[in-house]
Amino acid sequence: MAQKYEKAIAIEKDNIVVDGIDVSGHWNRMFEQRVITEYTPELIEKIADIPNAESFANCYQCAKCVAVCPVDVVGNYGPRKLYRYAQTGMDLTEAPELWLCTTCANCLRVCPKEVNMVKIMPAAREQAILDGKFVPNELQQAFENTAKSGNPLGQPQRKRDAWIQSAGVPVPIIKDLGRKVNVLWYVGSYPSYHPRGIDAAAAAARIFNALGIDFAILGKEEKDDADSQRLAGEKGLFEMMTEQNIETFNKYEWDEMVVTGPHELNAFKNVYPKYGFERPVVHYSTFLARYLDQLKPLLQHSVEKKITYHDPCYLGRHNGEYEAPRKLLEAIPGVELVEMQRNRENGYCCGGGGGGMWMDSFTAKHTTMRLSEKRAMEAASTGANVLAVACPFEVSRFTDAVKSTGNEHVDVLDILELLDKSMRGE
Amino acid sequence: MNIVVAIKHIPSIADDLPVSGNTVDFDSVDFVLNEFDEQSIEQAVLVKEAVGGTVTVVGVDMIGELDAVLHLALAKGADKAVKITGDDPAADSHTQAKWLSEAIKGMSADIIFAGVQASNDLDGQIGPMLAAYLDMPYIGGVSSVEVAGDSATVNKEFAGGVGAKYEVSLPMVVGVQASVKPPRYAPVSKVRQVAQTATIEKVAPSGEVSSGLTMKKMAPPVVTGHAEMIEGSSKEVAAKIVELLKSKGLA
Ligand SMILES: Cc1cc2nc3c(=O)[nH]c(=O)nc-3n(C[C@H](O)[C@H](O)[C@H](O)COP(=O)(O)OP(=O)(O)OC[C@H]3O[C@@H](n4cnc5c(N)ncnc54)[C@H](O)[C@@H]3O)c2cc1C
Ligand code: SF4
Ligand code: SF4
Repeated sequence: MAQKYEKAIAIEKDNIVVDGIDVSGHWNRMFEQRVITEYTPELIEKIADIPNAESFANCYQCAKCVAVCPVDVVGNYGPRKLYRYAQTGMDLTEAPELWLCTTCANCLRVCPKEVNMVKIMPAAREQAILDGKFVPNELQQAFENTAKSGNPLGQPQRKRDAWIQSAGVPVPIIKDLGRKVNVLWYVGSYPSYHPRGIDAAAAAARIFNALGIDFAILGKEEKDDADSQRLAGEKGLFEMMTEQNIETFNKYEWDEMVVTGPHELNAFKNVYPKYGFERPVVHYSTFLARYLDQLKPLLQHSVEKKITYHDPCYLGRHNGEYEAPRKLLEAIPGVELVEMQRNRENGYCCGGGGGGMWMDSFTAKHTTMRLSEKRAMEAASTGANVLAVACPFEVSRFTDAVKSTGNEHVDVLDILELLDKSMRGE
Repeated sequence: MNIVVAIKHIPSIADDLPVSGNTVDFDSVDFVLNEFDEQSIEQAVLVKEAVGGTVTVVGVDMIGELDAVLHLALAKGADKAVKITGDDPAADSHTQAKWLSEAIKGMSADIIFAGVQASNDLDGQIGPMLAAYLDMPYIGGVSSVEVAGDSATVNKEFAGGVGAKYEVSLPMVVGVQASVKPPRYAPVSKVRQVAQTATIEKVAPSGEVSSGLTMKKMAPPVVTGHAEMIEGSSKEVAAKIVELLKSKGLA
């Protein structure tokens, strides 16, 4: 239960005596009412009373979070500010601010009071959705697409495995294979449908084949993980997709699941256990890093590039994987790896998390610049000519961002694509 | 106030539309709610919220999957759902209007909403035909409806951004272009709850008419023309475009 507040009452004394000494004087008075005494704490309680959003009330305004919040860099944001806005009259469930947090968890990393936006935001958003409050249009569309077509892009389910044709290597479907496999590869929605995502999926298929991995995919049976939809407040949708996915996953025999995307990793590894699914799941970077010895001899072509790597929030901060992607990049001959100023634990969010992926135009109205653009500029400032990513949301986001910030000379490539380039030559 | 909304389930264009014989191969497409009907459901629910009453959604079940859309409408604020078990995905709009009007007759409707058109046949006839069969006035291209007593003020859109306000007496049929507010979002948890508890009234199709049209042939459009990307600096590109427009007699 959230802590309850009394309305603040200004203390103003004409005379004050401390330890027998009269310390009355203008300096110990308030010259005027402090702003917050004009308000009741109800709007803070309103949020903190929502199950899972209790920690909102913990904030003691130290402002550590603001310094690391990626949204504050392009606007006025961060848990401290949201608390303050609520203190001075903002109903978070009705404000545009409700939709700006990407659940990147950088504030949680530094907050001494464990104010947890990764829990607060989904809970407050769910409340807003259930109460019929404003929901950004683009986000509604992504929700509806996911419910209807099994993916946020609104692409037909029966084309989910159409990308296989571009791989040029066998990509077995587990249903057709009819036997146990070592690796069930969950491809994901963007790698299945988005043109740039497909490039990464095809690269992964070629790498798995070259390594002789016994793998299969779910093909037309695969559906979106819906984790970002959950973080954007659509818990009912997430639960529906989760039930369907767990049933599909458990239909087949496999030892380990490899996922292309960090959001899927987060869903299947950290959230699905609450729904009864507890099987080993790893991100492709973690998985491939285990095969470095076999992989290195395959990386025959030099990739003479200066590469900087963007840590996806849901791979890094949320799941602790910082080194495997770097090891893979360093294994590629010719690569010079440089770091951006904000890296690893302090990596800067691309803006795609927590539903941000589907709120680009909405977010743009409330910020000075897209997070992806800020990050693309940071990448360019390292002098790198490749921005390497490990999350399927990022390829399209950063490809747009390097263009809109005049940094077209920076290529945005998934680590999978870079490994594939080195394996096959251009 | 008895508010009725006629809704239509149409093939999704997210996918290719496979043609089989004289019609779309209905077995290999997904069906979705006609987007103008999302608008009319919202407008109907707004009217209910303003003046009270019940909203009944009614549609022709063409492929046995209409329930999903009816559940969605209920989750968005409709109170009752009726489906006409047509089971003929190729039924034309004249036939459907007849079936709908027969089903609506017993509902003592004060106001009937239809989308201005459905994006499968772009026929735009259901609303006017319903009005004719039910002997009610019709007003289409509407972007807001305000009911007061036994009349309503509606905003009708014309070409060129011109709008006009009409006062219409009830009962009437309204063809909705856009709801006065964007359609609300129905959370999946609510849709699922509705799907478990709602009852959908089934009505057999009744009445026979025909548009008198027969489909001779249906074929995907032939892809023609091509796009040319013009390279160079913005000045060069602009010069080339001007040249091109001149050569085509367009400038
Ligand atoms: C949540 C919270 C609640 C608090 N509640 C109370 C309370 O009820 N009562 C109470 O007595 N104290 C309270 N405090 C503590 C009190 O606010 C601080 O201790 C005090 O205000 C800080 O003064 P300082 O000079 O030590 O801080 P500093 O950090 O030295 O000063 C901070 C401010 O000084 C100015 N400043 C600092 N350096 C410079 C510079 N180089 N040039 C120009 N300007 C500069 C800036 O305006 C800056 O914002 C609270 C603190 C917090 C975080
Ligand atoms: S770091 Fe935590 S306690 Fe400090 S201002 Fe931010 S949310 Fe509040
Ligand atoms: S989770 Fe990230 S975006 Fe959200 S408030 Fe915290 S730092 Fe800002």
